[in-house]
Amino acid sequence: MIFSMLFSFLSGSIDLTLSTLVTEFINPGNSLESQILREIRIPRTLAAFTTGALLAISGVIMQVILRNPLADPYILGISGGAAVGALSAILLGASGIVLNNAAFVGALFSVGLVFGISNKYGRWSITRLLLTGIVVSAGWGAVINILLTTSSSNNVQSMLFWLMGDLSQSRVHIGHYALLSFGLIGGLLLSRSLNVLSRGELIAQGLGINLKSLRLTLYLAASLFTATAVTTAGSVGFVGLVIPHMLRLIGARDHRVLMPCSILLGGSFLTIADSLARTIIAPQQLPVGVVTAIIGVPTFIFILRSTITK
Amino acid sequence: MSKLEIQTLTLSVADKLLCKDLNFLITQNESWALLGKNGVGKTSLLHSIAGLKDINAGDIKLNNRSLQDYNRAELAKEIGILFQDGLETLPATVIELVMLGRHPHAQSIFNDSEEDIALAFKALKDFSLTKLGDRKIDSLSGGEKQRAAIAMLITQEPNFFLLDEPSNHLDVAFQVSILNKVKEILNEKKASMLMATHDINLAARFCDKFVLLLDNGENFCGDKDEILDPDKLSDAYGCKIKKLETANHMYFYLE
Repeated sequence: MIFSMLFSFLSGSIDLTLSTLVTEFINPGNSLESQILREIRIPRTLAAFTTGALLAISGVIMQVILRNPLADPYILGISGGAAVGALSAILLGASGIVLNNAAFVGALFSVGLVFGISNKYGRWSITRLLLTGIVVSAGWGAVINILLTTSSSNNVQSMLFWLMGDLSQSRVHIGHYALLSFGLIGGLLLSRSLNVLSRGELIAQGLGINLKSLRLTLYLAASLFTATAVTTAGSVGFVGLVIPHMLRLIGARDHRVLMPCSILLGGSFLTIADSLARTIIAPQQLPVGVVTAIIGVPTFIFILRSTITK
Repeated sequence: MSKLEIQTLTLSVADKLLCKDLNFLITQNESWALLGKNGVGKTSLLHSIAGLKDINAGDIKLNNRSLQDYNRAELAKEIGILFQDGLETLPATVIELVMLGRHPHAQSIFNDSEEDIALAFKALKDFSLTKLGDRKIDSLSGGEKQRAAIAMLITQEPNFFLLDEPSNHLDVAFQVSILNKVKEILNEKKASMLMATHDINLAARFCDKFVLLLDNGENFCGDKDEILDPDKLSDAYGCKIKKLETANHMYFYLE
């Protein structure tokens, strides 16, 4: 984590040295370097870390409640809803706060829609929920394509960046940290229950879990984490799906370990990916979602291959 | 003394009546078998008694208190259930699975007490799983999984064990040795079991009290001589069943 943050502080279109960083922390100045650090690098690094961490715990939760290894934070159509919200805002010429709010509203609307459709007599079956999530996502996908094809090329550029995940405009504030702390503490408190729920809903109930309230808590938390992450950075793929799996593969199956590790690894992973995104073809920037996939895919395949038991 | 009381219970699933006015009382250190043909409602009844399924009429009382008045965590200390399937989802090892049985008793959020760990390892040993402790569940054979699931239930230490087809996937030797071990533990703890099974001979060997479910919600409860009657069984299973008695056991076979 510390390494990834340092790496992120120092790398970018303009390389800073470690000594500048240390000097700046001890004695903040007004040089170009210190401005870059204070106003761009540090906020962006924190945004990357927070987003990655939120996506990773959200991924852990989704995989447990749906008990489906393919589950990721976006499986219930959250990213699609957020994307339609954000893209509409871009189309109307909005940016910054308005854009974020539009994405957030879109994300929550989509979650509500999925739960509303798959709800039958106050109960949800996992299959129905998954299928609804997939269908609703496909619907959003169509709307996204309509927006993309009908927009001016100028807008399309920023829309594509948003869709692939982009941290260049991202800022985090106290609310993000509060949410992340809540995720960490709540995740640890519920970690035993998550272990039990991983074995299935019947077994969990047989071992004393109040399924209804646990499931509701988890869905709400995961949706809120994902909506926040998507609002902050667009739909950054891969982190929420792969980080929990990587950790499980290397042995962190117990949620008492998996929860905090996901926060650290998810955060660090996205921080490093973002640093690379702005250095590889500097001064131009790549969307961070592209980089997460470029690093993530081979790493994941390597771990998957090397942990196959005979 | 703990007791589990089924009072004028009516149960149905999607308009199919499973049982009507079912009455029986399980007290300390008793072994009950739940018999009936496929699809007659054995699993549904077990789930109701575990508080996992709503009942249509009547009541189920644990120590004179209706099941609905318990929260799940309290209930899990009293009643444990072995399900027919469903261990394989996210990855876990055998010892991790067996440790989950201690969930209702866990004192600390983070640490497992030494007592809990010792109980889990004892359960591994009791069910010949010691060597498989670190194996992933999905790499086990059917019989090994079944033993791991039984070991998890044993570490849960309930007073009432509800077993849904405990002999599933077990070979003849394990069917007898595992159930012998379960009975030994029941006797030690003065606990009781209700085991749903399609194997009348296994029920006759290990149980003293019987519930027999028939189509149309009819049911009989009673001891060996009453329920394990060839005519009654033939009627329940819809085929001609005959009985053969030796000095120690009774055997049932199709004519």
